Amino acid sequence: MDFLRPDTLAEALALKAQRPDAVPIAGGTDVMVELNFDHRRPAALLDLTRIAELRSWDSAGGNGDGGTVRIGSGVPYTRIIDELGDRLPGLAMASRTVGSPQIRNRGTVGGNLGAASPAGDTHPVLLAGDATVEAASTRGTRLIPATEFYLGVKRHALEPDELITAVHVPVTRAPQQFAKVGTRNAMVIAVCSFAVALHPARQRVGAAVGSAAPTPRRASAAEEFLSAELTSANQWESPKPLLDSVKRRFGELVAEAANPIDDVRGSAAYRKHALSVLARRTLDWAWRDYSEKVT
Amino acid sequence: MSLTPAELTSAVAGGIGSSPQRPDGNLKVRGEFAYASDLWHEDMIWGATLRSPHPYARILSIDLTEALQVPGVYAVLTHEDVRGKNRYGLEHKDQPVLAEDIVRYQGEPVALVGADHPETAQRAMKRIKVKYEVLTPVVDMETAVDDTPLHPGGNLVRHVPVRRGDQHAEAEVVVTGRYEVGMQDQAFLGPESGLAVPAEDGGVDLYIATQWLHVDQGQVAAALGLPLERVRLTLSGVGGAFGGREDLSMQVHACLLALHTGKPTKMVYNREESFYGHVHRHPAVLYYEHGADRTGKLVYVKARIYLDGGAYASSTPAVVANSATLGVGPYDVDNVTVDCWGVFTNNPPCGAMRGFGAVQSAFAYESQMDKLAEALGMDPVDVRIVNAMSEGSVMPTGQVVDSAAPVAQLLKLVKDKPMPPLSTAVDLRDMPGGVSNTTHGEGVVRGVGYAVGIKNICFSEGYDDYSTARVRLQIINGEPAALAHTAAAEVGQGLVTIMQQIVRTELGVERVTILPMDTSIGNGGSTSASRQTYVTGGAVKAACAAVREKLAKLAGGRDLAGVDLVGLLGDDVIDETVEWRHRATEPIDPETGQGNAHVQYGFAAHRAVVDVDVELGLVKVVELDCAQDVGKALNPQAVLGQIQGGSAQGLGLAVMEEIQTEGGKVRNPSFTDYLIPTVLDMPPMSIDVLELADPNAPYGVRGVGEPPTISSTPAIVAAIRAATGLALTRVPVRPEHITGT
Ligand SMILES: Cc1cc2nc3c(=O)[nH]c(=O)nc-3n(C[C@H](O)[C@H](O)[C@H](O)COP(=O)(O)OP(=O)(O)OC[C@H]3O[C@@H](n4cnc5c(N)ncnc54)[C@H](O)[C@@H]3O)c2cc1C
Repeated sequence: MDFLRPDTLAEALALKAQRPDAVPIAGGTDVMVELNFDHRRPAALLDLTRIAELRSWDSAGGNGDGGTVRIGSGVPYTRIIDELGDRLPGLAMASRTVGSPQIRNRGTVGGNLGAASPAGDTHPVLLAGDATVEAASTRGTRLIPATEFYLGVKRHALEPDELITAVHVPVTRAPQQFAKVGTRNAMVIAVCSFAVALHPARQRVGAAVGSAAPTPRRASAAEEFLSAELTSANQWESPKPLLDSVKRRFGELVAEAANPIDDVRGSAAYRKHALSVLARRTLDWAWRDYSEKVT
Repeated sequence: MSLTPAELTSAVAGGIGSSPQRPDGNLKVRGEFAYASDLWHEDMIWGATLRSPHPYARILSIDLTEALQVPGVYAVLTHEDVRGKNRYGLEHKDQPVLAEDIVRYQGEPVALVGADHPETAQRAMKRIKVKYEVLTPVVDMETAVDDTPLHPGGNLVRHVPVRRGDQHAEAEVVVTGRYEVGMQDQAFLGPESGLAVPAEDGGVDLYIATQWLHVDQGQVAAALGLPLERVRLTLSGVGGAFGGREDLSMQVHACLLALHTGKPTKMVYNREESFYGHVHRHPAVLYYEHGADRTGKLVYVKARIYLDGGAYASSTPAVVANSATLGVGPYDVDNVTVDCWGVFTNNPPCGAMRGFGAVQSAFAYESQMDKLAEALGMDPVDVRIVNAMSEGSVMPTGQVVDSAAPVAQLLKLVKDKPMPPLSTAVDLRDMPGGVSNTTHGEGVVRGVGYAVGIKNICFSEGYDDYSTARVRLQIINGEPAALAHTAAAEVGQGLVTIMQQIVRTELGVERVTILPMDTSIGNGGSTSASRQTYVTGGAVKAACAAVREKLAKLAGGRDLAGVDLVGLLGDDVIDETVEWRHRATEPIDPETGQGNAHVQYGFAAHRAVVDVDVELGLVKVVELDCAQDVGKALNPQAVLGQIQGGSAQGLGLAVMEEIQTEGGKVRNPSFTDYLIPTVLDMPPMSIDVLELADPNAPYGVRGVGEPPTISSTPAIVAAIRAATGLALTRVPVRPEHITGT
């Protein structure tokens, strides 16, 4: 097995163009598990950890509402939590639930996207928060909306010669929430997960489910329902407590967006049930928060 | 590099009753301790095991051609290469070292590869072509006895009936229930590993992580067709055991490869292989009927218990006896009808695990006690106290409990502890669901539950249970120095510390060294059944007494207390080896289960306080307090460690730990999906340790390791029931059981 260690992004992209079979390795918290268990023996590993460009973030896109933070694909979770928690609350929350401190020190959003597991914790947040994935190759750079990134179980929209260079996440002061169900109180793969993001400027609500379908996916009907409900009642300007019926309907629509299976981690019926509960609760927390901020 | 972990033999300070720090503690925390998986030898090769993918199949052919062609491969072996008898087993020699014509469980070893690199071995292994005719597996323990026989004698491993008193007794209040216990794994953190080094005498030296060197030695020698003395075992660094290392795993395999190739051979399982490579806790189905009078006093208990032994016997017979003889719990019951069946199926083999049969029964009888309390409108602790056994009580086997049995006291101790406050501030770490942010208090209901359990300590039913200890005393550099040697396995429990404490106390010398544990000395017995401090501790104490006797002779009748050892001993060396036995037990009557089967009984009680998110079915154990009688705490810190660890393992069984099988196949052979408690699942414990000495035991000790595992599970489930109002008759309790989805 070749171990390729580029020092710059340009070098990495050139290598990836030459060797499309080379498997990128960032934190290695997915890749090394596969190697150790002999589930995968790539002809080459492409080590991205030396590339400074991938290990930094910037807020050239603006720090306030409407701005965007560009997070290099190799920034570990610990730094996202510590450095970006105020601007990207949803992503920080999801990051906090990943694995253990050791995993959060190594693991990256780029790796989570590269693995494209339906259970990856950052996906629902990226979907609900309207994030974009930046992919690059020697042919150039393109932006892929998160909604178009996940194609199937552990399949994503990258071309063989592309690397994920960054994610662009809209900055927000508006509330976001993330919650995941696992059968252990820490260090657990999601049985199902849910993210909600309020977008007051556009009078929209983002909602997405994880670990409850072949890919992470948006709960579009739930988003439409709630956005319409809030707008028609003029709730964005003068928020009032949400009716139980609204929360319940939102929960139902979120559950309907899921297409889960029965597996060792949980039953399909449980996943749907739990998603509806998570949707109600997280919406409640986000909305209370929003109401306090506005009034 | 040394082949034994040197730190285990280095000295600590302090005699019995003190808590010297473990010699290996800091190294383990820093990740520097040398486990068996770290063994290394010049010129060694690596072994790999080809395992059956099917729970039940006939082997039609095995083609090794391609595997042998892989460069770097030294040997590919099948059952035809087993030099001795191709059968082993703890109680019945029914398990092939390598499968012959039939495989009876998924993961059963079929062939071995020895190669210059672990990867090469894996590659070659995948090129072995085995043709199977897949057969329909037997997987239901309740019907297995009438199903396809998997062994010549049929599928019943053992049936133990226990009959006491009036078999037709009737009672005013009757509660019945059917309970299920899932298959728990020992989940020791250091997977199976060892190194076999071929010796010049045609024998082999095996460095190994095990629980019982001598029982391994006997089985390995028989499979290799070698005399005992040519198979020498030395204990390596053991990363936990909990029963899972009592059966052989890679011992014979590594030796076969070493003898065949003439090269030192190392084998290490990874986590997935480990799940296939050792026995698990028996899953169980239990039917109970309790009859009581209006005051809550038990009139009778009837039980039918099924234990799934899986494909081979392992220690199923002894586990069955425990489940049956301890089947009514620590209660006085005059009329008892218990039947326990251990059966063969094509599920993974099951055998020893901490609690050993007592765990399964306890979940059922403690659930029944709560049901009885409810039927009577009584407090669950009161109904237990009304029936609590005490010193002088008669077991369902007719055996009189002849030392402390403070069941009522233990229950009162946990009941009287202050209750934890209801948390007001939202700290996610205190919530069901933890940091996954599933609730800020919504849906959370508190519940409290109690349980108490009983466990036999040491080996039972007439087994000749002993340990051998050698103690040497001499003057080194002008200072008296003692050395102790046994073959009793240090698996992480701290026996090396206890042995030093005993020698220091008995001989009054500061300098005490422990020799590596190996088979150059006699049998130390198993590190199981909560027995090593009792039995090997007893042997070391007795060896010290023998040394003292020699000293007394030298002193010519002078009082030893005042004697200067340096002057008295001079250049003399006193070296005494002693075989020490606890008092004998008896077999039980095969029809009535009557007999003095057990040596000693241990008791623990728990109170569990849980917060349940009733909407999501997630559980946070808020508190798990324990009271246990340990007879005498030789090392109080180690006692607390055992109680905490045992309680955590019981918590695991209560709410998360299960090997899930389907058609005999394991669905979750990894720590990704076989979950064990983390620090956010296991609460800090308040523990009351009673020291009511057992006059029959050395220093009055009572085995500590198992009782806390037994009562922790039912206490937690009782608390979840209290919070949810649900019946919850199966462990582990899954979120689906609580939400009904
Ligand atoms: C003990 C443990 C616990 C875990 N717990 C969680 C959890 O709770 N939640 C969760 O979501 N995940 C969890 N994981 C999985 C893993 O930590 C995450 O998916 C993490 O985000 C992976 O990041 P990484 O940098 O380590 O990725 P790597 O292992 O380096 O890579 C992962 C995949 O992405 C590809 N890749 C990496 N970087 C790039 C790039 N720049 N461009 C293109 N492809 C790329 C790799 O080729 C590989 O396929 C856990 C893993 C372990 C071992």
